[in-house]
Amino acid sequence: MTTSRFTRRGLLKTGAVTGAAGLALPTIFTSRASAFTNAPMGDTVTLGFNVPQSGPYADEGADELRAFQLAVEHLNGEGDGGMLNTFSSKALDGTGILGKKVAFVTGDTQTKSDVARATAQSMIQKDGAIMISGGSSSGVAVAVQSLCQDAGVIFMAGLTHSNDTTGKDKKANGFRHFFDAYMSGAALGPVLAKAYGTDRKFYSLTSDYTWGWTQEASMNKFLSAEGWSQVKDVRTPVGAGDFSSYIAPVLNSGADVLILNHYGADMVNSLTQSVQFGLRDKMVNGKQFEIIVPLYSELMAAGAGKNIEGVYGSMNWNWQLQDAGTKAFVQSFGTKYGFPPSNAAQTCYVQTLLYADAVARAGSFEPCAVVAALEGDGSSLPGVDSASNKGLVFDGLGNGPTLYRSADHQCFKDALVMKGKSDPTGPYDNLEIVEATPVSKVWYEPDNEMFAGGDLGTCNNGA
Amino acid sequence: MDTLILQFLNGLDKGSAYALIALGLTLIFGTLGVVNFAHGALFMIGGFCAVTLQKILMISSVTLDPTKLNFLGKPTEVKTPYVEVFFGKDVGAFIVDWSVPLAIFFAIPIMIGVGYVMERGLIKHFYKRAHADQILVTFGLAIVLQEVIKYFFGANPIPTPAPEAFRGSVDFGVWLGFAPDLIIYPAWRLVYFIFSLVIIGAVFAFLQFTTFGMVVRAGMADRETVGLLGIDIDRRFTVMFGIAAAVAGLAGVMYSPISSPNYHMGMDFLVLSFVVVVVGGMGSLPGAVAAGFLLGVLQSFASLNQVKALLPGIDQIVIYLIAIIILLIRPRGLMGRKGVMED
Repeated sequence: MTTSRFTRRGLLKTGAVTGAAGLALPTIFTSRASAFTNAPMGDTVTLGFNVPQSGPYADEGADELRAFQLAVEHLNGEGDGGMLNTFSSKALDGTGILGKKVAFVTGDTQTKSDVARATAQSMIQKDGAIMISGGSSSGVAVAVQSLCQDAGVIFMAGLTHSNDTTGKDKKANGFRHFFDAYMSGAALGPVLAKAYGTDRKFYSLTSDYTWGWTQEASMNKFLSAEGWSQVKDVRTPVGAGDFSSYIAPVLNSGADVLILNHYGADMVNSLTQSVQFGLRDKMVNGKQFEIIVPLYSELMAAGAGKNIEGVYGSMNWNWQLQDAGTKAFVQSFGTKYGFPPSNAAQTCYVQTLLYADAVARAGSFEPCAVVAALEGDGSSLPGVDSASNKGLVFDGLGNGPTLYRSADHQCFKDALVMKGKSDPTGPYDNLEIVEATPVSKVWYEPDNEMFAGGDLGTCNNGA
Repeated sequence: MDTLILQFLNGLDKGSAYALIALGLTLIFGTLGVVNFAHGALFMIGGFCAVTLQKILMISSVTLDPTKLNFLGKPTEVKTPYVEVFFGKDVGAFIVDWSVPLAIFFAIPIMIGVGYVMERGLIKHFYKRAHADQILVTFGLAIVLQEVIKYFFGANPIPTPAPEAFRGSVDFGVWLGFAPDLIIYPAWRLVYFIFSLVIIGAVFAFLQFTTFGMVVRAGMADRETVGLLGIDIDRRFTVMFGIAAAVAGLAGVMYSPISSPNYHMGMDFLVLSFVVVVVGGMGSLPGAVAAGFLLGVLQSFASLNQVKALLPGIDQIVIYLIAIIILLIRPRGLMGRKGVMED
């Protein structure tokens, strides 16, 4: 004996309710149509942090994520406020962005361009992220930047050092705070000539992708200008592991300097193995053989241990700087996590603040309004005599006075020349600042040959 | 000439690592009939045995030094390793300095244990399954082991330097009668080469001259007959799995000063080692060793700038190219026997 619980009346009721809801639901969603992608509707705004959480750069990605979390806390008025206290713009007041509380979602790029695009896409479409930031590779940055341009969201690049990011692959919706290979070359050239003389022959080992190529070309340009000559440039596959067969030909090539255009584990391995091959104990052409690592990162310096002693390189920023912004950031990061931030962390923290500030000044989340706010009022950086010296000038974020240039969305500021410390006192104390090369020395025009070929295009609001 | 000799040494060195991993792979395949894609992970775990022992030896008592301030303006921590506290400064420093060679003794029991658990816990359930299943499950296991190591040790390479005495390079050319300073080679890489010869010799001697080895060889040739004679061949094969794991682990320990261990180092070697096994001939131990050194040397020669000027990119594909040629001429590999993996 079974009795059905369905009654005619019940069915009618349910039908009426679902019918009404069924009709009503689509209008709720369609009526949401707005002027731009992911316009924040409620009382929160969502940012998307796309960093490597697995793969070879996972540790650097973890540090970026720490910085993003700190930035979100500070924007929402939690913690000690960090660089908000030293930032020259006072549009942010610790009440979120335009009164909306800042929330965030994260994606794992795995340092693979296709994966990074997929995670960025998912954060934009499913999570409603209105800005994407982070990353630790130029290949990824270029790929995600073009996706953000098409989707109509802002891309605030993380660690990316290839000239192409704001050169031939630049996009109107994309902005880079980090320095680039050209600036590294410009900063390192004179310092190296002073330290090692002007008659040097160098051999380059170069990672075979966009960053490596532009890094090699930039070093070649500036070292040639100092009178150095290149013996050979050899491309090495990313993740080679054992570099011995690339290092052995260096020994008797006549070169007296080896330049390692490597990053991450490649840098750790190639540097360690070069030292094991006795390169730094060698005398060639009557001179002491030297090794140079043009782009340093604190995490990788730690991986190379004692082998970085006395090795020159460059950085976008370092926690040992003494300006007020750096001190504030190091204080709040160090208090929260127990160790100083990396330069990848700093660039991500600053990018988040700069985005929030631009929204606050624009009074809108609309991407084109944000782009206009980041492009600034046409003010110029002191000390640089150039027609392209126009954009947004700010200070107090750790690098001294900085220009976000409107012509290519690249930041211009002093660049740091670093050297491996011979007597480190702890795991975070393995590099020392040799000099902060003034911005006028690392400046270039937007149509410089190493950056030519791209077109910023126009900003895209998306939907 | 000097560059040729250098690249030859590099080749022997690369070959040592290939041969050691391929030897273990072949041991497992020859005894248990399992294609073990987790073998690269065993090599990687060996590297992390060296890292772990170094970390254990560096466990320190911490005192605060109020005269020095850290980056937050607080007193810095001064660490003194307990080994220096217990054994005195000189002996303690010596032990820490020699942590990589000491890790050999640390790694052997760990690796045999890991191998035993892997075989009894997972792989034995796949003996009767298709090779494709075995490859899938062991490949999955390799990924799991990688992620476990990454969880505990992070993604960055961890420096594990060789003892101070072997950290530099030696003037190899002078030994051969060349001018000084012409052929410089890292001391530790020479140590690695000699070490791998010792290990390879030991494995062959074990199989050749012990009763246990004899039974294992008999089992490799005809498993059923040995079983019918009342010998528990499976148990012996399990032991061989442990030994193969230990060989891979020791290769990893000794490799750690050459390339700072990171969670991914096993994968970098695994695929190449498989090519080595195939070129050497599935199931042939001497074949695996010979092919390991052969491909190592050829790969190094292909990296010569003069060769690359003629054939760009050849260094990246030479191993696969040679593999194709050898398999075309000798489909069973250099020393492969009939009937292996051909059923």
